[in-house]
Amino acid sequence: MTFLTYLISGLALGSVYAIIALGYTMVYGIAKMLNFAHGDIIMVGGYAAFFAFNKFGLSPVVSILASILVCTLLGVIIERLAYKPLRQASSLSVLITAIGVSYFLQNGSQLIFGSDTKIFPAMLMEGSLKLFDGRLMISYLTLFTIFTCVVIMTVLTLFINKTKIGKAMRACAEDKGAAQLMGINVDTTISITFAIGSGLAAVAAILLCSTYPSLSPTLGSMPGIKAFTAAVFGGIGSIPGALLGGLLLGIIENLTKAYISTQLSDAIVFTVLIIVLLIKPTGLLGKKENVKV
Amino acid sequence: MLKVKDLKVRYGMIEAIKGISFEVDDSEIVTLIGANGAGKTTTMHTISGLIKAASGSIELDGRDITKLPAHKIVEMGIAQCPERRRVFAQQSVEDNLFLGAYTRKDKDEIRKDLENVYELFPRLKERSTQMAGTLSGGEQQMLAMGRALMAKPKIMLLDEPSMGLSPLLVREIFDIIKNINSQGVTILLVEQNAKMALSIANRAYVIETGRIVMSGTGEELLNSEDIKKAYLGG
Ligand SMILES: Nc1ncnc2c1ncn2[C@@H]1O[C@H](COP(=O)(O)OP(=O)(O)OP(=O)(O)O)[C@@H](O)[C@H]1O
Ligand SMILES: [Mg+2]
Repeated sequence: MTFLTYLISGLALGSVYAIIALGYTMVYGIAKMLNFAHGDIIMVGGYAAFFAFNKFGLSPVVSILASILVCTLLGVIIERLAYKPLRQASSLSVLITAIGVSYFLQNGSQLIFGSDTKIFPAMLMEGSLKLFDGRLMISYLTLFTIFTCVVIMTVLTLFINKTKIGKAMRACAEDKGAAQLMGINVDTTISITFAIGSGLAAVAAILLCSTYPSLSPTLGSMPGIKAFTAAVFGGIGSIPGALLGGLLLGIIENLTKAYISTQLSDAIVFTVLIIVLLIKPTGLLGKKENVKV
Repeated sequence: MLKVKDLKVRYGMIEAIKGISFEVDDSEIVTLIGANGAGKTTTMHTISGLIKAASGSIELDGRDITKLPAHKIVEMGIAQCPERRRVFAQQSVEDNLFLGAYTRKDKDEIRKDLENVYELFPRLKERSTQMAGTLSGGEQQMLAMGRALMAKPKIMLLDEPSMGLSPLLVREIFDIIKNINSQGVTILLVEQNAKMALSIANRAYVIETGRIVMSGTGEELLNSEDIKKAYLGG
């Protein structure tokens, strides 16, 4: 029974990683860049929900929507101001810029919100589901987190595969020049990608902060790195890969913490990653990059 | 229809197109022939807006399109079937064709044009749900042409459609180009296969290291001694 408890909470943690990993993987797939500031968007999403709920007294649903809106706009603005001018630049310049944006967001929020840790309010459901005469307890938040992840994955997969914009996004991911020859506006497509990824970061922020209710300017770093790892683990650029990588990472992390060592859990998670990448350099579900001509 | 004037294009310090001028009139087939690296693809990319001109101008029906972004140029009526086909390998044949019609909103007309493309290329219809990346080279060429047609262009730019195809298929592709042209689409054709290109072209330009060195009707160039020596193998 305790194993099952760890497994399910690992699944929930993994769901959050998967939602964050989607942002990395979609931006990588379409803009061919690693947006290292993605983790810090999560942090901004956490603060946005905190202020909406605590300071402005908005309802939970409105607070969540406000947080999604703030992150979506922030993602699009960052892309326009920081990354778009570098479209033709080397990937190293873009990477360094992304790290710069990350520091900018962290320091900016330290300046505005202070560096003290704030308690994130319980705006989602409380209580637990009791099964097997109370021997198995699963919090509703855990179930809600997993459910949210399933919904997001389903909707996003349908969006990417069935809608006109989704197909245009996939066309850009494969060949931007050819996509332009179809009349697709690549800049708009990249903006949409950042908007979706950043909006999802806000959702992840609320799930994460509800589970671990403390807010600080560096709150996004660790989940950001873990989710990035998950994206690489599953195969960067692949949406099912982000799901698989995220879930596996969450489960491995939780089981290691429970049965091996809390201190070593991160080390073990990254060891697994390295082993997987040694065996399959493109990640679990990654495809080989198309040869560009 | 299309008027290119004193066009210069550079890649960094290198000037790849050193001032070329040419015209394509309504419902003509015009071909640009030239050796590897002459600047044919660069010219096509510049017309489509993928590369920006350093100077000079490109006009479509009297409107200056030199500075328009690529997706606007497609909307204006210029579609390109690019060198090496560049189909979207991970999307189905039919999705590739619909992407060709991306800028259009006339749903019923798009359906009709899809049927027309399938009539022109029956093999695409048989393979409509197949991933484009798994098509043979010839089928990919047909798909790339069909995809360009789906934009309902006034003028279609074709960059080396015969590349890597068997002689029989090359003939078929050139027949289809003539067919497309007879449906009222103006054609600008770039080819290494000079003989075939000249034989279907109304007019032709010869481009050498970024300059146009000769022009005339298809027939004139086909019979020119210089052209025979340089491009038709003797
Ligand atoms: N992206 C680029 N960067 C730098 N130089 C380039 C680039 N693309 C093309 N060139 C150069 O510009 C010149 C013209 O190239 P282009 O591709 O237009 O030739 P082409 O006539 O299409 O040749 P081919 O018949 O081999 O396709 C060549 O010297 C080429 O090396
Ligand atoms: Mg070429």
